[in-house]
Amino acid sequence: MDKKEANTPTEILCYHCGDVCRDETVRKDDKFFCCTGCKMVYEILNENDMCRYYDLGEKPGISPAVRNKTKYEFLGDEQVKKQVLSFTDGRNSAVTFLVPQMHCSSCIWLLENMNRLDAGITYSRVDFPKKKVTIKYREENTSLKKIAELLDSLGYEPSINLDATEKKVKSDHLKKLYYKIGIAGFAFGNIMLLSFPEYLGLEKLADPGFHKLFGWLNLALSLPVFFYSSSEYYLSAWKGLRNKVINIDFPLFLGILVLFVRSLYEIILQTGAGYMDSMAGLVFLLLVGKVFQSKTYESMNFERTYKSYFPLSVTVSKGGEETTIPLSRLNIGDRIIIRNNEIIPVDSILFRGDGNIDYSFVTGESSPVQKVLGEIIFAGGRQTGSLIELEVIKNVSQSYLTALWNNDTFKKENESRLQTFSNVVGKYFTLFTVILALVGAAYWLPESGDKALNVFTAILIVTCPCALALAIPFTFGNIMRIFGRNNFYIKNTFVVEYLSKAGSIVFDKTGTLTHSKQAEIKFSGLPLSAHDLSLVKSVARQSTHPLSRKLYDHISNAKLLKVIDFKEFTGKGISGKTEEGTAKLGSEEFVTGIHGRTEDFSQDNSSRVYIAVNGDYRGYFSISNSYREGLEKTIEELEKNYDLHLLSGDNESERQYLNKYFKDPLQMYFKQSPENKLKYIKALQNEGLSVMMVGDGLNDAGALKQSDVGISISEDVANFSPACDGILESVNFSRLPDILKLSKSSIKIIITSFAISFIYNIIVLGIAFEGLFKPIIAAILMPVSSISVVLFSVLLSNFVAKRRGFK
Amino acid sequence: MSVVVVLIGVSVLVAASFLVAFLWAVKTGQFEDKYTPSVRILFDDDKKKEEKKNN
Repeated sequence: MDKKEANTPTEILCYHCGDVCRDETVRKDDKFFCCTGCKMVYEILNENDMCRYYDLGEKPGISPAVRNKTKYEFLGDEQVKKQVLSFTDGRNSAVTFLVPQMHCSSCIWLLENMNRLDAGITYSRVDFPKKKVTIKYREENTSLKKIAELLDSLGYEPSINLDATEKKVKSDHLKKLYYKIGIAGFAFGNIMLLSFPEYLGLEKLADPGFHKLFGWLNLALSLPVFFYSSSEYYLSAWKGLRNKVINIDFPLFLGILVLFVRSLYEIILQTGAGYMDSMAGLVFLLLVGKVFQSKTYESMNFERTYKSYFPLSVTVSKGGEETTIPLSRLNIGDRIIIRNNEIIPVDSILFRGDGNIDYSFVTGESSPVQKVLGEIIFAGGRQTGSLIELEVIKNVSQSYLTALWNNDTFKKENESRLQTFSNVVGKYFTLFTVILALVGAAYWLPESGDKALNVFTAILIVTCPCALALAIPFTFGNIMRIFGRNNFYIKNTFVVEYLSKAGSIVFDKTGTLTHSKQAEIKFSGLPLSAHDLSLVKSVARQSTHPLSRKLYDHISNAKLLKVIDFKEFTGKGISGKTEEGTAKLGSEEFVTGIHGRTEDFSQDNSSRVYIAVNGDYRGYFSISNSYREGLEKTIEELEKNYDLHLLSGDNESERQYLNKYFKDPLQMYFKQSPENKLKYIKALQNEGLSVMMVGDGLNDAGALKQSDVGISISEDVANFSPACDGILESVNFSRLPDILKLSKSSIKIIITSFAISFIYNIIVLGIAFEGLFKPIIAAILMPVSSISVVLFSVLLSNFVAKRRGFK
Repeated sequence: MSVVVVLIGVSVLVAASFLVAFLWAVKTGQFEDKYTPSVRILFDDDKKKEEKKNN
């Protein structure tokens, strides 16, 4: 971000993407661009008279990634195509791509006007909250591959994976919920209208025929509510009973049932008006609570496995010929070709080329690892640099990393071990109300059987825990939205409750406690002059190596020089010549000619870049991961209430440093494999602890899944993060203690609102016990107590969140 | 008083027609994406303008 806020007024921003232009060489029509990619997108849009794109938003573009020609080759494969397309009849096809890069109205405009760039496209429609674009096209004029390439060339890289087709179930569920609400609301309003004469005591004034008519109409209106709208509660209560649990839905079911049966009895026997209005209103409000609770972050995926991160296809070389095949058809012994920025999908041996593997998605560590011929390369890394050829030694699902998903943890149903508050309450509450109702009935039975039945049903109706059933979704739903506004996104509202129950917290180190992008850079050696710095910066700029990139970003306020003769020696370093001198950057051996480090380096885990200017050795930059800001305070805060653990895949070199933060050295473990992490969590759970895991990479996926609540830390939430319960944007890492405290408060809020609703209940309970319960009392009490509880819980949770400093 | 019966019938029918409209809207997916249409509606005029420009 600081790039954009740079204070030098001479800085030129890219016309397309708004990034700082590093020089003024890339230009077209007196507009400047930061790279040729951006310029190309501008040219495409300009040619097609689509520059309106730039009027809609301020610098809306995305700088397109460098692409290799074969990236979308696999979309030509019929089998793959079948999996990716949502519809095809051979002539017309439809496809839905997930495009994580879309971010503004310009994006929507461009993506919906794609037919102007490719005449074969007949329809394109964006779903912005889901970040999806649905495209229909004619097979004779264009192809799936061409469309994917077009999107990519515009900077909107479609994220294609076979998992992307799995989300339909949820939207269907929400649709059904809307149907049910519509019907319940309709019945609620109309029954209330028809009950007005009853409320106002007018029924005696009018024709008794009306009374009868209204009763039957009410009954007719309530049938769909009872049989359709409230069906979810019956199913849930029944499911609970089958598992020998009485959940919160059971007393609700009891309440609805008693309301309906008693009203039915009254209407048929003409003894009263019934409570159909209360029943419809109750169901309506409960369903509204369900919708409030069902809020999800649709553009985010909390269920990702390695499959959504790995490519769908891979280039295989057979007898000098290259073919692209789907990953599933890859066999042991195949030769695969991996190009710059491609992911290695399977454990294999390096056969040809220089391996320079970036494992940042797996471990969070961003410095690439050098690999030489014959070395085993584990799946999940991204090759940076030149093309390499590999020989496959394991099946995709049996590789070091992917084997993690064969663990039983991933096969289990996604149910938490933790008892939820509502289920605990449901159990005791049901028992309490049934006993109370029986006592009431027993008290009146000697006097009159009719009255006993009346009291029995009235008590069950009054004590129906609708206030609790509303306080829970509204409080948790509101807290979830508050978290969302503060860049912490959780999978569903239950996560709030799991967060409040966590007793132990397990951290991953790299990428979680440390920054994965930002680095701490120190220079040791002879002081560098401004001239030296600009030489180093200019040469570093030429290279795509992450260390060069970091160095380039680190050196500010240096003049950029034109580099004439630039050479990159893979695995060693880079050199460049400018008009004002030469610079050499790289390993110690490459720069100084001496092999091996002379100093003791066990204290830090840093990478070093040695520098020589005009042939003279000047010193080295040590680049190390920096710990997140406020880490010390955060850990200190958490240590008061939680049992903290650290699991790292790295070696022990930073143990001493971490000792400052983690007081208990026994709870720090290094060199942990993904499998070990999972087992460690399991062991803690077996001790009866509820465990929260905080991690970031694919190697934490098992632990995140096994834990009671798994939080993934992400630098950019649009990016990949493994399956988890919540995604926390890394800038807000220090808010973790506040997040935990707020979720604890939310439980207290629910208990308080429950107590408030109980006061209402007790007042009316007295009336019910006396046998004086009337439909009008139910019709007033039910909405008043429900709405006051909802208001109370929402306002109080907002207030508590504000006090904790949440937005 | 029989006119009241007719009125009640009419009122229930009117309400039912709103219910049907709502169910239809849900069925056709109008509640699935509540954001994009609000942006899209601002684009539509644009095409005509550009056509005029070209003429």
